[in-house]
Amino acid sequence: MTTSIALAPSLQHEAAPRRASTAEPPGVRRLLIGVALAFIILFLVLPLLFVFVEAFGKGAGYYFQALSDPVTWAAIKLTLIAAGISVPLNCVFGLCAAWAIAKFEFRGKSLLITLIDLPFSVSPVIAGLLYVLVFGAQGWLGPWLDAHDIKIIFAVPGIVLATIFVTFPFVARELIPLMQAQGKSEEEAARVLGASGWQTFTRVTLPNIKWGLLYGVILCNARAMGEFGAVSVVSGHIRGQTNTIPLHVEILYNDYDFTGAFAVASLLTFLALITLGLKTWAERQNEILHGREQTA
Amino acid sequence: MKNPARFTGQARVLPGFRLTLGFTLLYLSLIVLIPLSAAFISAASLTWGEFWSDVASRQAVASYELSFGASFGAALVNLVFGVIVAWVLVRYRFFGKRVVDALVDLPFALPTAVAGITLATIYGPTGWIGEAVAPLGLKISYTQLGIFVALTFIGLPFIVRTVQPVLEDLDPEIEEAAASLGANRWQTFWRVILPMLAPALLTGFTLAFARALGEYGSVVFISSNIPMKTQITPLLIMTKLEEFDYGGATALAVVMLVVSFLLLLAINLIQWWASRHHRTELA
Repeated sequence: MTTSIALAPSLQHEAAPRRASTAEPPGVRRLLIGVALAFIILFLVLPLLFVFVEAFGKGAGYYFQALSDPVTWAAIKLTLIAAGISVPLNCVFGLCAAWAIAKFEFRGKSLLITLIDLPFSVSPVIAGLLYVLVFGAQGWLGPWLDAHDIKIIFAVPGIVLATIFVTFPFVARELIPLMQAQGKSEEEAARVLGASGWQTFTRVTLPNIKWGLLYGVILCNARAMGEFGAVSVVSGHIRGQTNTIPLHVEILYNDYDFTGAFAVASLLTFLALITLGLKTWAERQNEILHGREQTA
Repeated sequence: MKNPARFTGQARVLPGFRLTLGFTLLYLSLIVLIPLSAAFISAASLTWGEFWSDVASRQAVASYELSFGASFGAALVNLVFGVIVAWVLVRYRFFGKRVVDALVDLPFALPTAVAGITLATIYGPTGWIGEAVAPLGLKISYTQLGIFVALTFIGLPFIVRTVQPVLEDLDPEIEEAAASLGANRWQTFWRVILPMLAPALLTGFTLAFARALGEYGSVVFISSNIPMKTQITPLLIMTKLEEFDYGGATALAVVMLVVSFLLLLAINLIQWWASRHHRTELA
C-alpha cells in the first residue's frame, strides 16, 4: 500500500460480475452511486463549471482583453521560468535518488525516503518562511547578500527556490517504488554484456520507467505552476515583476476585478484539466507496458 | 559495514552509486534540511518567555482550535464520502465512471488560489450555493463553515486514493465465505470488509488531516481572517509575516512543523503496522 498522494498508477479492474450473495441489492447500488455522484458534482464539477461561467461573464471580448494585459503576460512568463527551472532540477534529483535507493543497499535508506517526502508535510506558508529565515534581510545570509547586492527574497530567485521546495518529492516518489519493483537484474545483464553505465540507463532503465517519470513530471509541473502560499511569502507582490499567475489572480480578485481574476484563473484550470488528462493517459500506458511484461 | 563484499560485490556491477547518492544528499540538504533547521535555530534564539507568549497567546490558541477542528471535521466528511466514492468506482459500472475517476484528483491539480476564489464566490452571499442557503439563515463564505468547505475540497482525493487500491485487491472469496456463513451484506461490509480497509482509512484520514492543517491558498479567500474567529494557524503566521514579526511567525511555524512531523511519524507507523499485520495474516 502507498502513503502517496500521487499514487503509483494502479490498475482499474473492470467490475466483474458478482454473485448475488456478494452484491448489493440494485436499490442500494443506485443509492450509493447517487450519493457518490452528488458529492463529486457538488465539490468538483460545480467549481469547475463556475470558473468558466465567471471568466466569460462579460463576454469573450473582455476575457481575451484580461488575458492580453501585459501584467498578465509578465505573470505567465515568471510562472514559466519558475516551473522551467524547478521541474528539470527535481527531475534530475528524482532520477538520482531513485537510482541510488532502488539499485543499491545502504544504511538509513528508509530514513532517506522519509526525508524526501518531508516537503509534502510542511505547510506552504512555512516553506516560504524557511527561505526568508535563510535569505531574508534579517536572515542568516541576509547581510552578506545585501553587501553583494544580491536579491533573493522578494525577487525571482526566491520564487524559484520556494517552487523547488514544494515540488521537491514529486518525481522521486513516483520513481522510487517503480524502480524498486523492477529490481536490477536487467541493468546488471546489460552491464555484463558490455553496455556502459550511461547506455544501461538510457536503453534499459529509462524505457522501463518512462511513463512513471512522465507521471511524476506532470504532477510536479502542475504544482510548480499553481503554487500559491510559499511563493506568496517570498514574493514582494511587485506587479509585472514578482507576480506569478496564482499571485496575479489574487491581486485581481482583491481589486474586485472578479471577471479578470476568473479569466486568468481559467488558464490555470485548463492546465489542471490537461494535467488530469495526461496523468490518466500516462497511467494507462504504464499499465499496457506492465501488462506486456507480465505476459511475455 | 563490516562486510566489504556486500558493497564491492554489488556496487561494481552497476555504476553511479556514489554520484547519485552524493547528489541526492547534497540537494536534499540544500533545499530541505538546511532551511528546515533554520526554523528551529531561529526559534532557539528566542527566549523561553518570548516563545511561550507567541505560541500560547489567546489568538494562537484560538487558531489551533479552529485549524484542528476544521481539519478534523473535513477529514471526517471525506472519510465517509471517500469510502463511498472508492466503493462505487471499484465495484459498480455506471455512465461517466472514467471521468469521475480522473476528476477525483482535481484538488491536487487545481491551484489552491483558483479553488479559493471559486469556493469563496460560489458559497458567497450572491454565489450559486451561498444564495440558495441564505434564506435558511446560513452563511458559508467568510465564516468557519467556509473554512471547513475549503478543507473538505482539498482533502477529497486522499481517502479515495488510499482505499481504492485496497478494495481492488480484496479477494472476493473472503466475502463469499462470509455470505455462505450466513452474514448479510451489511454484516459482511461492517465486520469483514471495513476491518480490512482500516489501515488504508487511517492513512488516508491522517494524510487529509495533515494537508488541511497546513492549507493556506484555498482558505485565505473564503476566510475573513478575523482573529479568534476565522483565522487558521497558517493565516496567523502569514499575518505575523506581513507585520514583520518574524520571531512570532517562526515560533508558530515550529509548533506546526512538530505537529506535521508527528503526523508523518503516525503515517509511517500505520504503514508498518499494516504491513506486519498483513504478513502475519499470510503466514
